[in-house]
Amino acid sequence: MSAESQDSPVRQVRWIGRAAVVDVEGDIDLSRSTRFQQSLLEVMDRQPERIVVNLTDVGYMDSSGVASLVKLLSRARRQGVTLRLSGLRARVRSIFEITRLDSVFEICATEEEALA
Amino acid sequence: MSRLVTDKPVKVSIFSTPQHLCAVRAVADALCRALGFDEQSTTHVVLSLDEALTNVIRHAYGGAEDQPIEVELAALGAPRGPGLRICIRDRGRSVDPSLIRSRDLEDVRPGGLGVHIMNECMDFVEYRSAPGGGTVLTLVKRLGPAEGDTAE
Repeated sequence: MSAESQDSPVRQVRWIGRAAVVDVEGDIDLSRSTRFQQSLLEVMDRQPERIVVNLTDVGYMDSSGVASLVKLLSRARRQGVTLRLSGLRARVRSIFEITRLDSVFEICATEEEALA
Repeated sequence: MSRLVTDKPVKVSIFSTPQHLCAVRAVADALCRALGFDEQSTTHVVLSLDEALTNVIRHAYGGAEDQPIEVELAALGAPRGPGLRICIRDRGRSVDPSLIRSRDLEDVRPGGLGVHIMNECMDFVEYRSAPGGGTVLTLVKRLGPAEGDTAE
């Protein structure tokens, strides 16, 4: 099943050269985080040089969603892939701050900044 | 103040399915706003409640999706100022409350963040073994300063 399948929080993956921009939508909680993680790791399997996870259309994320991104980060580091997050709304950014993961992830205001 | 805020608690009964989490979050969000919580405090309450329920589903019920969870949300009034008390009752596997603690955040790995989030975001967090089995988790968030808070 592809990353952009109907039940996945990943709406689409756009390729800009060897960079994969992953557009995510909706709330990410325990009901969707397993599929979210699976979709993210499928993108990694396509061997990008960089992944930008675009969270502009995510209104809420809990620690299970964050765990999916931590897993992706761990694999990205092992494989030498740059991972950046972009477009975090205040409510989503909060959980990264509370868990102090805002200093672990590269968080960019916009997709353009993440691709620069 | 909104008609949603009365001296009677809002009670929500759900099954232990992750699909029900969004409904409980919506109730908590609405109640926080009715009580006058700002955006950050509302986010903290909603996130803490979600993490608490996620822990119940995962740990107390081992992922079973047909078990009962009762959530009670009560507006707190005088004499200590407005606030919100949330009680979450499960009937699953009990855990020794003294063993529930947050993990080292320096260890960057997936999972295990829920207890840290609740402790960081709420003014009062207490686990109690419930009569007849299961656990009652009480969370309190105050609108004002929360020094030496209790569940009362």
